[in-house]
Amino acid sequence: MTADRPTTLLAELTHRCPLRCPYCSNPLDLVRANAELGTDDWKRVFTQARALGVLQLGLSGGEPLIRKDLEELAAHARGLGLYSTLVTSGLGLTRQRAERLREVGLEHVQISIQDTDTESADRIAGISAVRQKRAAAALVKELGFAFSINVVLHRANLDRIGEIIDYAAGLGADRLELANTQYYGWGLENRAALMPTREQVVRAQAVAEAAIERYRGEMQMLFVLPDYYERYPKACYGGWGKLYLVVTPDGKVLPCHGATQITTLTFDTARDRSLEWIWHESPAFQAFRGDSWMRDPCRSCPRKAVDFGGCRCQAFALTGAAENTDPVCTLSPHRGIIDAALAEVPEPDYRYRILTAEPQQV
Amino acid sequence: MDVAMTGETVPRLWRLARLDHDPVRGRPVLLYPEGAVLLNDTGKAVLELVDGRRSVAEISRILGERYQADVSADVVQYLSDLARKELIRDR
Repeated sequence: MTADRPTTLLAELTHRCPLRCPYCSNPLDLVRANAELGTDDWKRVFTQARALGVLQLGLSGGEPLIRKDLEELAAHARGLGLYSTLVTSGLGLTRQRAERLREVGLEHVQISIQDTDTESADRIAGISAVRQKRAAAALVKELGFAFSINVVLHRANLDRIGEIIDYAAGLGADRLELANTQYYGWGLENRAALMPTREQVVRAQAVAEAAIERYRGEMQMLFVLPDYYERYPKACYGGWGKLYLVVTPDGKVLPCHGATQITTLTFDTARDRSLEWIWHESPAFQAFRGDSWMRDPCRSCPRKAVDFGGCRCQAFALTGAAENTDPVCTLSPHRGIIDAALAEVPEPDYRYRILTAEPQQV
Repeated sequence: MDVAMTGETVPRLWRLARLDHDPVRGRPVLLYPEGAVLLNDTGKAVLELVDGRRSVAEISRILGERYQADVSADVVQYLSDLARKELIRDR
């Protein structure tokens, strides 16, 4: 079938990060610094992405500010006409770097916040970062960037959602993303420590919906429910290989950031192939386009045009086959897996993200 | 903003959105944080007149003269749709 053109590229410039959040969206098998793409590789990727139709670029990580060539990459992106967002923890955003990024045409900065309670925020991040984040937010505001805050929600911070919203407004955020944890990779490892109760979710949703009205026109808000508590799965990025692509620090090109966990697929890299070829021709990108790959209940379901069967990564991680219906769906024969997870005894401790088998310092 | 627009409404573009051209699709595009809306030439013609000073009625009049037709209902409809997405704000 003929593919649409992608609109958005998420460039995971590095997996290195000073934070150790237990729900990190990076894979368990983190890419090392010496395997990362070089400056010229990334520039080529951006150029190819633009030619393929990409309009929006996320400069993400890990912590993208760890890359010393971030300013050069942002300048290249602006020169191509891309709208760029820096997705950052805020750590490492000095005045000098922020001013330079503004000069070269970076338009939007998104800073993560863990919680409004400092002790809790430190526990989630695995380091103390609240003050640095606040300073980074002030700088972003002062320099006139479009400014978003994103907060990953889970059991430990969900009850403070009202305070978190007011805190974000107080920092002058133009946008606020409140997204419940997605249970892949690190999040799945820590699921029993992160999963909120249904009561928490219901209360938080009511608070968020009221705040969305209250802040309308001032701060744009997005509230994403935990899909485990939904009846139907999410329409992951508008469908597989439809609008979105991700390039990992070592150059793998993916239809979403979690796709490497589908171990039955092989993903080509931007070192070996053009983005054009990967998007249109590679087996991995074609694997779940359209609906001919679907099994029942999706195959005969009218909702297949709404949610495209849900998330392939979740189907693979929880049912063992990426072709299955996302088990979040109440029509899925595997829904029991989700209900069992919701009934799990809460874990008190996190398993923090870490580079495993890191060469030891002697 | 109130999406029920009248002729007196003075629309303005969200300060974080900018009108650009997509060379690949050969279409005008509105770019903003985490989003993009592809436009047609008529949409572009409307948005080029949205400057935070002209009212909906004035925009309709200018375009009406250009196209030799009464376009006011279309203009209201178009701007209301964008207002619902918070891309057009009330002054």
